[in-house]
Amino acid sequence: MKYDLVVIGGGPAGYVGAIRAAQLGKKVACVEKERAGGTCLNWGCIPTKSLLRNAELFHLLQKRATDFGFKFENLSFDWSKIISRSRGVADKLAGGVEFLFKKNKIDYLRGEASITGSGKVAYKTKENREETIESDNILIATGAVSRDLPGLATNGKTVLNSHDAMILEPQPKRLIVIGAGAIGVEFAYFFNAFGTEVTIVEMLPNVLPVEDTEISVTLEKSLAKQGIKILTSTKLVKADINDQGVSVIVEGKKQEKLEGDCMLVAVGVSPLLPGGVELNLDKKGFIDVNDRYATNVNGIYAAGDVIGPPWLAHVASWEAIQAIEGMFTNHQPKRVRVFPGCTYCQPQVASVGLTERAAKEEGMKFKVGKFPFSANGKALAIGEPEGFVKLIVGEPHGEILGAHIIGAEATELIAELGLAITLEATFAEIEATIHAHPTLSEAVHEATGAAFGLAIHF
Amino acid sequence: MPIAIEMPKLSDTMTEGTLVRWIKKVGDNIAVGDVLAEVETDKATMEMEAFDEGVLAEIYIQDGNKAEVGQKLALLVGKGEKVESGGPQPVQESKSTTPKKEEKEAVESPKETAKTETSPTKQVQQDSESAPVDAAGGDRIKASPLAKKIAAELGVDLGSLQGTGPGGRIVREDVVAAGKSTPPKQAVAQEPATPKPPAVIPALQDKKIPLSGMRKTIAARLLESKTTIPHFYLQAEIDAEPLATLRHSINAAAESAGLGKLTVNDFILKATVAAATRVPLANAAFGGDSIIQFANVQLACAVAVEEGLVTPVIREAQKKSIAQISAAIKDLASRARSKKLKPEEYQGGTITVSNLGAYGVEQFYAIINPPQAVIVSVGTIVKKPVINTAGQVVPGQRIILGVSCDHRVVDGAVGAQFLGELKKFLENPTLLLL
Repeated sequence: MKYDLVVIGGGPAGYVGAIRAAQLGKKVACVEKERAGGTCLNWGCIPTKSLLRNAELFHLLQKRATDFGFKFENLSFDWSKIISRSRGVADKLAGGVEFLFKKNKIDYLRGEASITGSGKVAYKTKENREETIESDNILIATGAVSRDLPGLATNGKTVLNSHDAMILEPQPKRLIVIGAGAIGVEFAYFFNAFGTEVTIVEMLPNVLPVEDTEISVTLEKSLAKQGIKILTSTKLVKADINDQGVSVIVEGKKQEKLEGDCMLVAVGVSPLLPGGVELNLDKKGFIDVNDRYATNVNGIYAAGDVIGPPWLAHVASWEAIQAIEGMFTNHQPKRVRVFPGCTYCQPQVASVGLTERAAKEEGMKFKVGKFPFSANGKALAIGEPEGFVKLIVGEPHGEILGAHIIGAEATELIAELGLAITLEATFAEIEATIHAHPTLSEAVHEATGAAFGLAIHF
Repeated sequence: MPIAIEMPKLSDTMTEGTLVRWIKKVGDNIAVGDVLAEVETDKATMEMEAFDEGVLAEIYIQDGNKAEVGQKLALLVGKGEKVESGGPQPVQESKSTTPKKEEKEAVESPKETAKTETSPTKQVQQDSESAPVDAAGGDRIKASPLAKKIAAELGVDLGSLQGTGPGGRIVREDVVAAGKSTPPKQAVAQEPATPKPPAVIPALQDKKIPLSGMRKTIAARLLESKTTIPHFYLQAEIDAEPLATLRHSINAAAESAGLGKLTVNDFILKATVAAATRVPLANAAFGGDSIIQFANVQLACAVAVEEGLVTPVIREAQKKSIAQISAAIKDLASRARSKKLKPEEYQGGTITVSNLGAYGVEQFYAIINPPQAVIVSVGTIVKKPVINTAGQVVPGQRIILGVSCDHRVVDGAVGAQFLGELKKFLENPTLLLL
């Protein structure tokens, strides 16, 4: 069978790329070894957001009910149900992707693919039969998997990766989280909300090290207040793993011994490369692509986690669309520059564009506009006064260089600022836009004003 | 088959043109008759239309650059066809399909387009390939607020840029890139928003103004005229009193009737036509081995425009009434000023009128507009003491007319006859209304 395009991998890069190619009238096949939807739908973004919703609700009911005038007796939860709800959401969405394949007349082929020759992709079916399909264009969207720490393989019981952590039963009493990126922080928040004793160990000076430092520091205080022990500028020295649990020695300002039922390793990801073809890789082993997402082998393209950071579903989808439109239309593909990043603990963290730190390093002229949710009517009304909006505004033109939000619904609020950056809106356009009252988005409006000393409510 | 789009010869005298700006950009689908670009010739800025359909694959001459007539400006390819010569799609080339397949793709493409219309996501992608200037909707330039601010600062003309942002929007990078290549004169021309007094008064700088296409043509043609045509000059003073009186009463009537007013120039144009009809030797050209006497009076009239001057032509002026001539020149002059004249509207004149009366010039001799043989130079109406038929000194109104003639075509007597007719008609202007 000869296709216009064969996509290897059915995750946010793969399935989105396949659909766009089909929309362009191309004959497309997508080969997936597990289940459509990739890490995001099955073992990442979606199921964890389901777990975090549970955590958020439980935290609210258990810790803050009295604020709202509620009283519960014997408030309890069903751990298995929490996990099965999360799995159910993933199942539903994976089915949705399969439906989209059908709707767009994409051949959805199950099996582990390898590129066996120029324009040839082989995969093994369920019946263990090897099939070969052909195409002039191949898009590798095989993604990435959690990276293990050297000499500390995950075992699903005591040493966990994120995949293990989201179906962990029973609930651990004590958990050590190695790595305070978005994944580490989200799981720390989740387990802590249900009463697990959580310690986060981070080598760098702050949690969420890629975020604006002011945001990270605010989040550290908040998480600490919620009961999470945070050890930053701290590295793992030694880990003893036994049937009962883990015992690790970490070294920060001082050396200290931590005990846990298990530890979660959340220190990044490694690429998942398809077999059969030698591609140029970068220093960290991710596929090297040019501005058109082309690899060094003619006719083979790659997009998503497999070409390196940022490892984000929305970036992967965007890259795949760029790659596909570059292949089949006159579109000149672009590489990712500005993208939003979100962390779904409470308070939520969301950002787009430059941090204050980065703007300083690049020697840019800028102003900072900040507005706290404690001065926002809606935030007070819903009982979420924590956090703030921080904008990095370029001088002299007032363009939005970066936006950083910590607080309730931060991840929803960031979209406006992403659009502002893409459209190169300046202070004046945001200032001139009426923001509905009462909403949390007024804090964005006020933060823009604050950059120029024009905030009304602060 | 790729088709090269070349600089068209848009006028007889055109040897090169300036590509003012591309309306279409690389990747755009082109239909026959689509306006591809604006081209400035020696006379006017014109729209260059597509004679073939396809996809604009490459652009060789960028906005603002000059190209000789016949020079390749861009490449048009069939839908689905790939460009041979590299460009930004190197990876695709080796997989180029057989011509048969290409044909098939081309046939299929309408289906793709139809499909596109139902798909909002595709729509977005299509938009992203359109030019920043909304050709259908007029002059709206799609530029980001930041790009606009920076453009204002750098003195970059947004209309001349191709946007690379979403939806073909002009973004910061486009302006900054253009700002680097913009000659400093533009930045100077643009007043800075907050002018600061310079610490040291800089020495006055001579300004070097590059020649526009029009300026080059004026230079070449008038040099040719003045150096190869043996000019001689005649002059007569005309009693403008009857003309002023008649015009006054006509305009008073026209005003109350809601009709257009007549200018002094309208009368002079009409009188020139009448004189040229009476003295056909003045409406002629030197043809090397013969003299061409024109059947029609194609009346050219010099119009000053921003970059120089144009001489739009009133066709078969001998068939037109003074009102028709008045309307024609009004329309032509206004379009000449906005550079909207078509070549046939400023080519093929047989005799020219140049009127500097509006500037207060009393008398002058214009240089002949080749290949014509006669040009009439019109001065302003001057009020002065004159001696009337009774030998008395009275206040009068006079116009001095000059006539420059090509002696190869027009001898002194013929020129004098022509000028005499002109004088007769202007001093008896009611004849011009017949």
